[in-house]
Amino acid sequence: MFVSHLSLVDFRSYEHVDVELGEGINAFVGPNGQGKTNIVEAIGYLATLRSHRVASEIPLIRAGTERAVIRSRIVRGDRASTVEVEIVPGKSNRARINRGSLTRARDILGLLHAVTFAPEDLVLVKGDPDARRDFLDVLCVQLAPRFASVLADYERVLRQRNTLLKTASGPRRGSDEGGFDLHTLEVWDAKLAQLGAKITHLRHGIVQELAPHIARTYDEVSAGQGVATAMYRSSLDAYADDEQTIGAATTISEAMIEAQLLDTLAKLRAKELQRGVTLVGPHRDDVVLTINDLAVKSYASHGESWSFALALRLASYDLLTVGPQHESHQWVPWGNDAEPVIILDDVFAELDVKRRDRLVERVARAKQVLITAAVAEDVPEGLDGRRFDVMQAEVTRVL
Amino acid sequence: MSTKPTTIKDVYEGAVQDLIDELGRLPGVGPKSAQRIAFHILDADPADVQRLATALVEAKARVRFCDVCGNVAQAETCQICADPRRIDTVICVVEESKDVVAIERTREFRGKYHVLGGAINPIDGIGPSDLRIRELMARLQDGVVQEVILATDPNVEGEATAAYLARMLTAIEVKITRLASGLPVGGDLEFADEVTLGRAFEGRTLIGS
Repeated sequence: MFVSHLSLVDFRSYEHVDVELGEGINAFVGPNGQGKTNIVEAIGYLATLRSHRVASEIPLIRAGTERAVIRSRIVRGDRASTVEVEIVPGKSNRARINRGSLTRARDILGLLHAVTFAPEDLVLVKGDPDARRDFLDVLCVQLAPRFASVLADYERVLRQRNTLLKTASGPRRGSDEGGFDLHTLEVWDAKLAQLGAKITHLRHGIVQELAPHIARTYDEVSAGQGVATAMYRSSLDAYADDEQTIGAATTISEAMIEAQLLDTLAKLRAKELQRGVTLVGPHRDDVVLTINDLAVKSYASHGESWSFALALRLASYDLLTVGPQHESHQWVPWGNDAEPVIILDDVFAELDVKRRDRLVERVARAKQVLITAAVAEDVPEGLDGRRFDVMQAEVTRVL
Repeated sequence: MSTKPTTIKDVYEGAVQDLIDELGRLPGVGPKSAQRIAFHILDADPADVQRLATALVEAKARVRFCDVCGNVAQAETCQICADPRRIDTVICVVEESKDVVAIERTREFRGKYHVLGGAINPIDGIGPSDLRIRELMARLQDGVVQEVILATDPNVEGEATAAYLARMLTAIEVKITRLASGLPVGGDLEFADEVTLGRAFEGRTLIGS
């Protein structure tokens, strides 16, 4: 699939801009702060309904305005559709497909696949677990769009439950029932376990699908410098009597995880009341990455870490292209032309020559690649296609 | 939540600003709408404004909540609870009075209601003891009621409230049901979102043997 047209209104620094994009390479070149990244950020937003740079939506709106609009034409196979999203901070986004309004903006998820490579990607390898959970969740939503609502509901249940634990552990309120109601907590336990099991189950399946791709892409990027693995690590493992971890299991059932979560929450009750937070669940899970059986986070060099970060992105690109292989992982029917748009946001300047060359080799034949670079020399040779100059929120096609 | 309250705040002085601030606290009214309503009121005929003010004060003073079900009422019991034609064996539990109105519009339900006054929501500091749950239990003591329909909202808090009530009610011999979630009538299957469609599948009904 590819994006053939992008139009932005009041998005970031752009009052209004229209860009005709082509298949193959599209490079945006201009000094820092001129608006290159804003263009590719908008395309990433269409694919994931979130920005790869900021968590809040307020910075996405041009200063002094109240809403931003991203409009695009997406070509998949021989079908083209117009997809539009209106971002209004503090309210729910509105979305349209071919002019028809959708009840929920999240229904556009899954229409456009995109994989963004950015300088921040190093945190996937070196950073805290939340970066890796985020990476998985973005992929989850592209592979199984309906999970967007499961993730949102889980987030909400977790906040409610944590608030309840805090009020229960803090000074008792002067309620006539004389304090804390255990039954309410049990209701939230049940919800947390139900949604948590769905998320754990899906993420486990996605890591399983991703692992062989990671092994291959790491081998390519590092030119055979080691064997890379990825394994899901559930926060449940620490409390299980069983030696077998959830990540190591080839198949796990949602019902089993739900039961185990409920069980563990009951075991941890006193501790959770004391601490005032939920101690187990997918919000505390991680993905363990290793090279030759050594944990990347602690042992890998800077170069190896970069190779791993690139391998993770390339692996998600490959997985999105071919779709899940396991029979039990058919989250959505996998249509033709699923190959995602590749976004390379200022990454070439970060990489050494060898990694740069191998990345170029991998992406040169992709359906559509969007590149941002401060100077034309940062766009490696072999990546020829359209070139746009970006100056003061004006985009001009030069090649 | 509001993006830039400063653009309208601090612009006007005294009474006008007070009016805008008060209107802005109403649900669904943002700073701009508050400003528009305020200037509409300032332009309006004094008699009209007086009528609005009287209506507000009267409503607050005269409208009360039904002693039985918690719905808005003019007397001790609301019209629905006082209606002898309505059956006593089924109670439909809702979050707010406006949910009663919504269900009444269907003309499908002949039983009585119980208005909880909200949903369990720890973030907003609402626990079971803040809802009219004890009153509901009291209504079920005499064994007349055969079925309790849980019609709380199908969101996280509404589901949690329904689950909580279901737990409390298992001790009492009464049939507990939950409203089905499903497809909008007059819609296209193709455009239904996956969560709704998934729910509709779970709650499918038998129409032939």
